[in-house]
Order: sequence, then C-alpha cells, then structure tokens
Amino acid sequence: MLKLPIYLDNSATTPMDPRVLEQMVPYFHEKFGNAASRSHSFGWVTEEAVDYAREQVAKLINADAKEIIFTSGSTEANNLALKGVFEMYASKGNHIISVTTEHKCILDACKHIEKLGGSYTLLEVDDQGMIDLKELEAAITDKTILISVMYANNEIGVIHPIKEIAAIAKKHNVLFHTDATQAAGKIPIDVQEDGIHLLSMSAHKMYGPKGVGCLYVRRKNPRVKVTAQMDGGGHERGMRSGTLNVPGIVAFGAACEINAKEMYDDAARLSKLRDKLENALLKLEESYVNGKRDSRMPHITNISFKYVEGEGLMMAFNKDIAVSSGSACTSASLEPSYVLKALGLGDDLAHSSIRFSLGRFTTEEEIDFTIKKLTDAVNRMRDISPLWEMFKEGIDISTVEFKPH
Amino acid sequence: MAYSEKVLEHYEHPLNVGTLDKSKLNVGTGLVGAPECGDVMRLQIEVDPETQTIIDAKFKTFGCGSAIASSSLATEWLKGKSLDEAATLDNMDIVEELALPPVKIHCSVLAEDAVKSAINDYRIKNGMEPIQLKESVVH
Repeated sequence: MLKLPIYLDNSATTPMDPRVLEQMVPYFHEKFGNAASRSHSFGWVTEEAVDYAREQVAKLINADAKEIIFTSGSTEANNLALKGVFEMYASKGNHIISVTTEHKCILDACKHIEKLGGSYTLLEVDDQGMIDLKELEAAITDKTILISVMYANNEIGVIHPIKEIAAIAKKHNVLFHTDATQAAGKIPIDVQEDGIHLLSMSAHKMYGPKGVGCLYVRRKNPRVKVTAQMDGGGHERGMRSGTLNVPGIVAFGAACEINAKEMYDDAARLSKLRDKLENALLKLEESYVNGKRDSRMPHITNISFKYVEGEGLMMAFNKDIAVSSGSACTSASLEPSYVLKALGLGDDLAHSSIRFSLGRFTTEEEIDFTIKKLTDAVNRMRDISPLWEMFKEGIDISTVEFKPH
Repeated sequence: MAYSEKVLEHYEHPLNVGTLDKSKLNVGTGLVGAPECGDVMRLQIEVDPETQTIIDAKFKTFGCGSAIASSSLATEWLKGKSLDEAATLDNMDIVEELALPPVKIHCSVLAEDAVKSAINDYRIKNGMEPIQLKESVVH
C-alpha cells in the first residue's frame, strides 16, 4: 500500500535508518557517561564507543580515525575548515578560492574572512553547473591558502572533478577543502586517492541523526591544522571543544558503516528510479533538467517546468509529495535560487524549478505516483498560466513588455 | 508556510479561469507582474457598454497559490459591479478576505493593479480618460 505523504526531499535531510537508531539508543540512558571522564567506567565505556565510531566514520572516506574531528554538522565543519585555516595559515597568506554555487555557510564564511582582512575569489560555473579548472588555476595567487569546492551540489546534484581540483591545489602548495555533505555515504569517497586535505560531512544527510557531523583534517602529507573556533576543554585534538555528543557520534558511525556497504546497491537502484522519474517528466513539453546530467549524484534531479511557477506548482501536490523548489516564494528573500541563477537560468526558469531527491526508503510505487501527480499538476497549472497561453499562441515571452513589481 | 483555508479553496477550485476575446471593444485586459518576479497576472473584464457594468471577468495567473487565489477572488468580486465601483477595489480587502500573511501582500497588490489596468484598457479603447493609478506601497 502506498503511504502518503511521499518524501522526496532527501537532500534536505534523510530519515534515520532504524538500524542506526537502534545503535544509538543505549547511549542516552544506559551508557550516558561523558567520553572525557577518565576516572570511571561510565566514561571509559563511552570513550570506547566514540573511538569505534571514529573508525567507522574514517573508513567511509579511507581516512585514519585520528583525522576525524566531530562537530555538530556540516555547517560547523565548513566554518571550522575555512576560518580555522585562515587563522592557522595567516603567515602564509590570506586568500581563499571557492565557487558561487557553494552552500550559504561557505559563502558567508568567505565574507566573514574578508571582514577579518582576508580576501576570496568565487569561481563562476557554466550552464551545467561545472567550474573551469583553468580558471581555478588562474585564480591562485601567492597569497592563496585554501581552495574550497563542494563534492556534490545540494540543489542540482552535480559532482565536481575533485581529484583534478586536488591535483591543482597540490601543484601550487595550497590546501584543498571539500564540503561532501551531499556526497558522503552516497558515492565512494577516498581522501587518499582524491588528495583531499579537509572534508566536511553530516550524519543527517546519510540516514543518521541531526546535530552531528565531522571535519576530516589530514595528518600526513601534508599535516594540516586548523585553529579552533570555540574555546573550551580542548576536545578533538584541540580543534573542537565541547562535550562529545556520544549518542549522535555512535549513530554517525553506525550510519557510515551501513553506507559503506550499501551505497553501491542504493546508488544503482536510486539512479534507475531517478532516471525513470526524470524521463517521464521530461516528456512534458518545455521541461528541462538543471545541471550536468552525466556527472551527477544518483538520487537527485532538478527540473524546470517552464511557464509554471514553482511554489504554485508545489501547492498542487505538497499534501502528498514533499520536494523543494528554487522558487523565490519558498524563501523569505523573494529571490530565486542563486545556484540556478549561477547556471545562467533566467529568473523565470529558476522560479519554475523543482528538486526531487530520492533516498534509501524511496520505492518505485512512490515514483510512479509522483510521475502521475506531477504531470497532472504541471498540466493544470499551465491551463491557468497566461505565459503558457502566450507560448502556445507563438508569442515570444521575451518580447512582451511586463511591468515588473 | 501554511496557507489559509480560503487561499486553498480558491487554489483548488479557482473561479473564472479563462480568456476573453481581447480584440472586442467591450473587453478590457490587464497584464501585470513579470516572469522574473515569479508572478504574472492577466485579468480581463467584459463590460456592458449601456450600463457600464462588468458582466464577466476572467483571469490567468502564473504565480504562487496566494497570487492565484487573489486573482480568483478579484474576478469574482468584479462581476456585476459598475466600472466606477470596480475602480475602488483595494488590495487590503483581498488581504483580509484571504488572510494573506505579510510576505504575500504583494499578490493582492498585483490583483488590484490587474483590475485597474483592465479598467483602463477598456476606457482607453472606448475613448475615455484612464483612471489614475495610485502608487502601490508594497513593491
């Protein structure tokens, strides 16, 4: 039986895997000790659990356990990476390179660093959402200390050429950080093979709980350090103070271990379902996929349905299907998605976009239902859209004089 | 963000969706908003030239649920009104009737503008002076 509503917003957050939940429960009540308590067994038990989880997390990205710094999630990890490198390597330089389509926390951390006297360059992306590696290399100056490029984009799912970026960073003796929030646990990541120096991830995007994540900080070739951004007890090798979130960390570890085993099957199954959804919706006239289709996460598709407005469209089915939209109306700012605009999409197409992100618990039945419901909704909204009528009459919308508000 | 019952009702069952023949002398058309702002409203009125009364009103809207509801409500109000009465439509009446939150007030402003541009289109077509449009506050 199909259960409604259907959740297709797994890029926002995933439900916890019941197997993960099971692992974390004892650490709330039964094994509640502070992992930093060295004087009694309550602390020893949880310290051991944290060590084990650290191994599980490290293994997912082929890192060493000592290189995992637990944080409250990716936002904190990204802040720690950028601000921590900026402070630690102040004697070497003060310039950071990133990309216009990064998550807000990266962009805002760059602005913060600028206020502190640093500088940054944001690389533009092409109409597929990809950066130009030559531009990246050209942006490096003798003041550049860090390149930060996300592994996979959260809105359109495109995967950046991480290995190539890391090679450029290495060549110029610059550190390389990647925000792998959307990619970790979904596609194989190997920090050794890829040459990554710093990497952020978050448990709640990979079937773990909210409020826990980590920053991978390389210890060898080269040894990387970041300046702590919070003062305190000097936990996490002095890079992140604060009593460890033991249940969260245990669950994060469990989620990583499951993902390491199951991501290949998940990816194969989800990319089939995603393609089915995408191909069916592309049968609608004037619908377009945003982002480079052959370099994408297996579970994400972002589609613009021209001449219908995203929020109005979503309203037709959001009782039954949960997705997100690049439409302005979904945010308080009334600005459409800056990621889609960076791809060169006109505001009208950015307003008309819907992101579908599938997950481990998505079923084919749900996808079939979504195809039917979306097709009906787009047709219904087009029936009441003056722009669709104009298009059908052969009027070029770009020549119509509108009175913008 | 949750929508009010009334917005949902108009969205689910919009009244007066459609197109009037804009080449007819007694049809006035207002097209307001812009695709890049995420809202375009086209509102049309059909006027009885004898009585200067609106006998039919139709709309098509590209926009969010509140924009669709605002235009649906506006067209419903217009029917049977004299042109002079129709010109007094105030966007705040729409805000109240639909319980629009502050971030959606622009949808009601757009509906008011659409009504007034439709009236003016009719007036100009029929050799009358256009009515003065007040400057909308929320833009």
